[in-house]
Amino acid sequence: MPVAGGEDIDIHLRQLTADQVATPAGKSRPRLRRRLELTLFLSPALLLFAGFVLLPIGFAAYDGLFRWTGFGPLGNFAGLYNYRLVLSDPVFRESFLHNVIIVIASIVVQLPLGLGMALLLNRRFRGRSFLRMLAFAPFVLPYATTAVMWLLLLQPAGFVDQVMKMVGLGGLVQLWLANLHLVIYTMIVVLTWQFFGFAMILMLAGLQGIPAELREAAALDGASAWQTTWRITLPLLGPTIRIWMFLSIVGSLQVFDQVWIMTGGGPANASSTMATYLIFRGFQSYEFGYGSAVAVIMFAICFIFALVYQRFVLRRDTRGALTRVVG
Amino acid sequence: MSVSAISQPRPALPGPAARPRRRRFSAVTPFTYLVAVVLVGVTAVPLLFVIIDGFRSNAQINSSATALPHPWVWHNYSVLLTSSAFWQPLKNSAIIALIATVLVVWLGSMAAFALSRYAFRGRESIFMLFAVGLLFPLNAASLPLYLLLGKIGLLDNLFGVALPEAAFGLPITIVILRPFMRGIPAELEDAAVVDGATRIRFFWRILLPLSRPALATVAVLAFVQSWNTYLLPLLVFTSTQHFTLPLAVANFQTQYAQDTASILAFTALSMVPALGCFVFAQRHLVGGFTGAVKG
Repeated sequence: MPVAGGEDIDIHLRQLTADQVATPAGKSRPRLRRRLELTLFLSPALLLFAGFVLLPIGFAAYDGLFRWTGFGPLGNFAGLYNYRLVLSDPVFRESFLHNVIIVIASIVVQLPLGLGMALLLNRRFRGRSFLRMLAFAPFVLPYATTAVMWLLLLQPAGFVDQVMKMVGLGGLVQLWLANLHLVIYTMIVVLTWQFFGFAMILMLAGLQGIPAELREAAALDGASAWQTTWRITLPLLGPTIRIWMFLSIVGSLQVFDQVWIMTGGGPANASSTMATYLIFRGFQSYEFGYGSAVAVIMFAICFIFALVYQRFVLRRDTRGALTRVVG
Repeated sequence: MSVSAISQPRPALPGPAARPRRRRFSAVTPFTYLVAVVLVGVTAVPLLFVIIDGFRSNAQINSSATALPHPWVWHNYSVLLTSSAFWQPLKNSAIIALIATVLVVWLGSMAAFALSRYAFRGRESIFMLFAVGLLFPLNAASLPLYLLLGKIGLLDNLFGVALPEAAFGLPITIVILRPFMRGIPAELEDAAVVDGATRIRFFWRILLPLSRPALATVAVLAFVQSWNTYLLPLLVFTSTQHFTLPLAVANFQTQYAQDTASILAFTALSMVPALGCFVFAQRHLVGGFTGAVKG
């Protein structure tokens, strides 16, 4: 937060006052020592971050300008050719569309599910902690492992098909992973299975942050459980929901493991995502320049989304968070 | 626990009045149990399928997909447990996850301290820089990372996976730790300073112990993240001796496609460490989330 005018120490004091309510003891520290401390605390993280996050992204943006197969020096300079090629490739567009479908489906399905489960599991009853644990368990399993699991479950005449037959739904059995129109929805089911526990656990944490006194006071004033939930709990849960949505969307934009292992993006690109497209083009065909361009476009999509989200959705929350810390 | 020491004293309701309310909140409807049963079914059945089917022979599996083992076959598991096919990837995963977690918690807590309790020019920009890192998913970066690791000679090297994982874990760590550390009252710091402690000492002896719930949360997140990563190791490792568990499972599945029973057993085994650690750590995890909010 910018603070206008004043001497360095003064700014220091005033900022502390603004940020942390209480006034610190009016001790001034030698500036050099402070510098040293800051360097000591900050630079290792900054170095690691710069080296393995910022640098590769920078390289990718640069490499994307070349026709390059990954061997030897960069090939011919191609300008924005690769970027234009990626954006006009129907397969990339289709992959992007699949990511968008996954984003929408995660929010529409996982949010009510996670929220409902959280509200339910926030009550006191026997077996509650076991259920919490169970619902969260899929999230902690490596995606690659669960992908292999679902691959086996969904084999033609496999476990899922057999169970459906047993409960009289045999007529609905499909080629879950080979049907061009169905495969992306199969993926969504698998992703929901894996991730709804994460939504639930975040909501639970959010719920526990809401002081019980508020709900008790409302109940004392004669509000029904339903009213308390809608009028008090859910609005107070707003920041948690919006943060979850953010994480969920960024995650949905980079889905890879499950798709790659279960279908490889097939059949005929019917389940491909931006990430599987990136690996398929970049590695299977050794078009590293082209692959780098895809990576940069993926970053750009995430980044633009985040800016928009931050601008229109999260802004209130950061303000709210600050006032809460202060007040 | 340590947090409750510094949290505001709760405005206590009169005891007798509070009691009946509590009981009303604990009312359990049949609906709750219905949902619970469905939840158990949907979550546990696929996992049980894998574990139990690992005890069947291929002939049994081919004759019916849903039957129970008859007789129970230990062979699939015993072969895997006595070979390095399972133990070696387990070891690799553990080493990589440990390195990544230690780095993330160590560097991340120091950075979060600087960003939360020092005032200096550019502080918010540096924080934003880290926060923006949340948007750069490791998967999208894997191809550029692969090229970078090739340049610095870290391909087919455990550190080639652990270092990027740590770097990509920093944003969420700092985003979680900073508000937590900020929330710790300034009075504590003042008291420490009055008693003659340096900032560094305050960080080590007071702030870090008080941040334990949040530290546990970020540590678990980093560990799980690393444990789950599939794409980066897939690109970085060429020799099977370096394969991590997810990689080994996926590889096993393509290599022994005909031997469904062994694939099931391997998949089941590879779930055990994650599930075991989770059962052990979930108290801390949920507690950490809660603590982070209460603090």
